[in-house]
Amino acid sequence: MPSSSMNRREFLKRMGVIGGGIIIGFNTLDRQALARRPRSGFLGAEIPTDFNAFLRIGTDNRVALYTGKIEMGQGAMTSIPQLLAEELYVDYDAVDIVMGDTDLCPWDAGTFGSLSIRHFGIFLREAAGEARAVLMQLAADQLKSPVDRLATRNGYVYDPSNPGRRIRYGELTKGNIIEKHLKDVPPLKPSSKYETMGKSFPRRDALEKVTGAAEFSGDIRLPGMLYAKILRPPAHGAKLVKANTDPAKNIDGIQIVKEGDFVAVLHEHPDVAEQGLAQIKAQFDRPKTGVDDKTIFDHLLKATPNPEIASQGGNLKAGEKQASTVIEETYFNSYVAHAPMEPHTATAKFDGKKLTVWASTQTPFRVKAFIAERLNLSTDNVRVIAPYVGGAFGGKSASRQALEAARLAKRIEKPVQVAWSRAEEFFYDTFRPAAIVKIKSGLNSSGRIAFWDYNVYYAGMRGSKQFYEIPHHQEKVYGRWRGSAGRYHPFGIGPWRAPANNTNVYARDLHLNLMAARAGADPLQFRLEHLKDKRMINVLQAAAKKFGWQALKTPSGRGYGIACGIDAGTYVAFMAEVEVDKGSGNVDVKRVVCAQDMGVVVNPEGATTQMEGCITMGLGYAFTEEIHFKDGEIFDLNFDTYTLPKFSWLPEIETVILENPDLAPQGGGEPAIIGMGGVIATAIYDAVGAAVFQLPMTPARVKAAMMQA
Amino acid sequence: MIETIRFKLNGRPVRLKVDGARTLLWVLRTDLGVTGPKYGCGEGLCGACTVLADDVAVLSCQKTIKDVADSEITTIEGLAQNGKLHPLQKAFIKHVGFQCGYCTPGMILKAYSLLADNPTPSRAEIIDGMDENLCRCGTHTRIVAAIETAAREMKGGLQ
Repeated sequence: MPSSSMNRREFLKRMGVIGGGIIIGFNTLDRQALARRPRSGFLGAEIPTDFNAFLRIGTDNRVALYTGKIEMGQGAMTSIPQLLAEELYVDYDAVDIVMGDTDLCPWDAGTFGSLSIRHFGIFLREAAGEARAVLMQLAADQLKSPVDRLATRNGYVYDPSNPGRRIRYGELTKGNIIEKHLKDVPPLKPSSKYETMGKSFPRRDALEKVTGAAEFSGDIRLPGMLYAKILRPPAHGAKLVKANTDPAKNIDGIQIVKEGDFVAVLHEHPDVAEQGLAQIKAQFDRPKTGVDDKTIFDHLLKATPNPEIASQGGNLKAGEKQASTVIEETYFNSYVAHAPMEPHTATAKFDGKKLTVWASTQTPFRVKAFIAERLNLSTDNVRVIAPYVGGAFGGKSASRQALEAARLAKRIEKPVQVAWSRAEEFFYDTFRPAAIVKIKSGLNSSGRIAFWDYNVYYAGMRGSKQFYEIPHHQEKVYGRWRGSAGRYHPFGIGPWRAPANNTNVYARDLHLNLMAARAGADPLQFRLEHLKDKRMINVLQAAAKKFGWQALKTPSGRGYGIACGIDAGTYVAFMAEVEVDKGSGNVDVKRVVCAQDMGVVVNPEGATTQMEGCITMGLGYAFTEEIHFKDGEIFDLNFDTYTLPKFSWLPEIETVILENPDLAPQGGGEPAIIGMGGVIATAIYDAVGAAVFQLPMTPARVKAAMMQA
Repeated sequence: MIETIRFKLNGRPVRLKVDGARTLLWVLRTDLGVTGPKYGCGEGLCGACTVLADDVAVLSCQKTIKDVADSEITTIEGLAQNGKLHPLQKAFIKHVGFQCGYCTPGMILKAYSLLADNPTPSRAEIIDGMDENLCRCGTHTRIVAAIETAAREMKGGLQ
């Protein structure tokens, strides 16, 4: 990424901390910029108010955009500059982007939650809008035209009544920061005026990624760098009793670091370091908890934390009285790994004072603070850079490997790379939590939903709130999707692409279809009859149109599935067609249609690519992905037993993005995965009348469900 | 055992004094600094480390350096000729056959090997041929489209 050409001094200069030529501006009284979007909370409180933190205009009229967001494949590198170009009135190709460098970029909470466009994007657009307005004021002086007669275009301020009177932004700024600020930030451009947003600019990372030039954290080569392999426990909760490192010392060039139970073997070649590690004779005390992937659900239900109410209305008891049919079911899902193709990796160097760490991480600023704290360094002396990240999906919000590399580089005062093996990646993954959903619901005699009593354990809040017209309902959420090993989970859990929502949609939609079946209703019609929310109605109808949905009560034998939900402000509906092999329980997905309303679409091709990726990835947790474990030992440590979606699984995938230009951009990286469990479960039910109550829906579980049906 | 191994890497002769039992992937990535081939699983299960040995896709995490002595090794860095992208690279750009890009070198080289073997594959043959290469971003449909386009453009030739 272009960040390597920048250094701290340049950044400070940019920020005006040290001298740097002419400081532009003549009025510094309005620094408050009161009208700008408030900075608050965990996501926003530390975001700078000074627009210079987000951009700098060079003398060559090119604009450098600075963002703490990282590129992990989602396309932010391409779409974020569209936002800046739009509000700054510059050519898209004149914008360079610097990402994920804590010395150069404005503070950012991290790249997660489908927030890059819908949240950070607003700060960036306001910064660009303010910068443009200030540039116009500066130009008014130079062009001797009142500011209200001026306009901007392609990086120029000009007078439309006399287009010869114009000046380039770069001539106004001369590469310096702009000291002048506005009290009132101009309003953002209305969507009807968009020129750059809404266009499918090609990905900026394309050439580097098809030629091998794209640099990931493990591709960094520093002079004298050693590769570290670290002694790992055989199970979560295991304690190192003793480790004899002597046999490893016979290998030429091996260096060993031992600090308590932290034992690392370093060598100039990673494969030799690995051999050295294999020589170490270590003895661990292993826990016997008796908890495995089968007993986990009982264990979790016994340990149930206090609930939070996600939503409620009416009175459940009254609802139950009105119900003529009550349906009560329990849904399960297993622990699921992130399994990005690039395992967690970090390269670190220490110059005696300052640590620089290149890490595959979604949260460079959090990692910086964490390393500084753990290694007793001032935050000024820790710089974290996220180069290209090889997939993350929430799993690289946790970045233990960065601390490991940093700690070793500081200790041995040589550059160190820590690149996890696939087994380490599985072992230390913060899994999507195993979860249980208990739903009790009722239908009245006219086939309408009388009540909805929803209890979700451990999946989390997101997506738990139902959005149908149900007079009596309550959604209770027990436990969250983030946590360390302990009372509840035998290992760490964390955010997994659209955390909680995958589980919630799966349980809700399968349950709704069981209700539709009891009501003798078509599943789409059943949903529409209980909906008033226009956006949800629209995405369902768009999906139905694309799919060619014909109303029929379920199970129809056709294998049609349906699911829908809301994630990151985006509404999304799914339909699928499957064929179930009754003998083997194998399910073949023929088609998946996904329709989403994400408000303004910044880069349609990028959004579509993310939707297709979500759908394909979602087939994994629907069918195969499940972590097996016992007593803290993880049994799935590679792709032989943990099966990811493959080419041969590919259904026909069709996507629809609804036009909704009046709504600000909403999330795009996660919504299209949330319904994949639900749409497949309802399709299997429609095909063979069997409800599969546990994800993933393996052939064995499908067969077992058919026996029950 | 330290021995002298000769082979061609991206068209250039290489002579290494090295333990012949070392893994090709790590010799390429560390000794030779060619980082296009990626580590993904270390057990031949994902295809991220794919390189070409005499135009045939091999898993470099499953080969020793001695295995490829006297071969012509091509990594993703060696696919473009004289600054001109290979039709597969162009097609991967055109169809956006990548997202995070980590599996991409392996995908492109596997596809190259597939087309060398079968210049006019059907869609089903492409899917079958690519099935052992994993992509977590779920870019599969676009990768298939890219290979179809490249096959058409290459008209049976490799360039």
